[in-house]
Amino acid sequence: MSSIYEQIGGEAAVEAAVDIFYRKMLLDDRVAEYFESVDMDRQRAKQKAFLTMVLGGPSAYTGKDMRAAHAPLVKRGLNDVHVDVVIEHLGGTLKELGVSDEHIAAIAAVANSVRGDVLGR
Amino acid sequence: MPRLECDGREVPLAEGESVLDALLRAGVEVASSCRAGACQSCLVRVTSGAVPARAQAGLKETLRARGFALACQIVPETALAISLEGKSDLEVAARVEAVDRLAADVLCVRLRSETELAYRAGQFVTLLRSDGLARAYSLASRPADGQLLELHVRVVAGGRMSNWLATEATGASVRLRGPAGDCFYTSTDAEQPLVLAGAGTGLAPLWGILRDALAAGHRGAIQLWHGARDVEGLYLRAELAQLSREHPHFSYHPCALAGDEAGELRIGRLDELLLRAVPSYARQRFYLCGDAPLVQGLKRKLFLQGAPLREIFADAFLGASAP
Repeated sequence: MSSIYEQIGGEAAVEAAVDIFYRKMLLDDRVAEYFESVDMDRQRAKQKAFLTMVLGGPSAYTGKDMRAAHAPLVKRGLNDVHVDVVIEHLGGTLKELGVSDEHIAAIAAVANSVRGDVLGR
Repeated sequence: MPRLECDGREVPLAEGESVLDALLRAGVEVASSCRAGACQSCLVRVTSGAVPARAQAGLKETLRARGFALACQIVPETALAISLEGKSDLEVAARVEAVDRLAADVLCVRLRSETELAYRAGQFVTLLRSDGLARAYSLASRPADGQLLELHVRVVAGGRMSNWLATEATGASVRLRGPAGDCFYTSTDAEQPLVLAGAGTGLAPLWGILRDALAAGHRGAIQLWHGARDVEGLYLRAELAQLSREHPHFSYHPCALAGDEAGELRIGRLDELLLRAVPSYARQRFYLCGDAPLVQGLKRKLFLQGAPLREIFADAFLGASAP
């Protein structure tokens, strides 16, 4: 069976998704502070890698990188609430792109599986 | 096995191996992160050989045009030569031919390089004085100008380079390093509306990009927004107004923080005037140049209004900071 990544249109779909997702994060007061003073192009590239991974696209995800990238944010108070916000906006983004609820639930479960890495637990 | 060369040195390649893996195995220092073609950490410049489309997926057109690709996504099938010197740090000798005033605090510095500098209008160079003092400036000239290069330099209070340029640089020998930057015109879509916006000497790269687009026969509407503190700071006004008369699809929008509105001149903040005047954001390509707070703020606002991030080319000027 092909991955959700392939079913929704592969790289081109992720390209469309990443701008929508990033916009939602920047506009959300619950998480926006963590995006102040970051290079937008680099941030977008990281989000694209993340979206590719949770959608089952070509990825070499390592929990180590995720931990290292978020460690400074955890020190600044990053917690479960923020991870929930990410999963919420991930779902909203995919819904806008016409992904089925069933697929969204499966993708959210993958995203949820990296919670420990993000929060350094 | 196809031959792989990195900056002139042969790198052994194994069956089905990516360029990134081959480089790492050979002990070449190269940045990498996601290894999935997404994070763009492993950007290399292909100097000869075929670049697979997937190795350039997601890259800005300006990077593709310069042969950049993601090493983790290239599995060479034929001979390939790459370079890790992304910013092509070649230095050329040049002479300061003339320094004129464009505005009270803006200099037009004309340089003649000893050899022709390969650059795209809108890129920047590092100007090196004989004692090693270095500052980066955007090029306002176009490659068609040959060895004549033009920089617009804001005279900064206490600024060592700018005050030297203002008072005693004429005739001096300098060196130039670069070019760098991916804020330049590419003719992928000649119908796409272009919005060029800059404050102060942010006009320098835009002046080059604008003339590049017009010379390339760009057909989509082109707007150029130039902001300054006061009306006197709006330089090249006559030239830009003239271009707008010659090219009906080009419009010039000068704005100043203080003064009286007259003709095309608007009073107010550049970002606010621009955001109010642009009807929608999904179609255009944006070029934003000037001081970092303005450029970064505008980039964020345009993105939030719906402009795709890949269509926003921003060159944020960072002032020199004390050692």
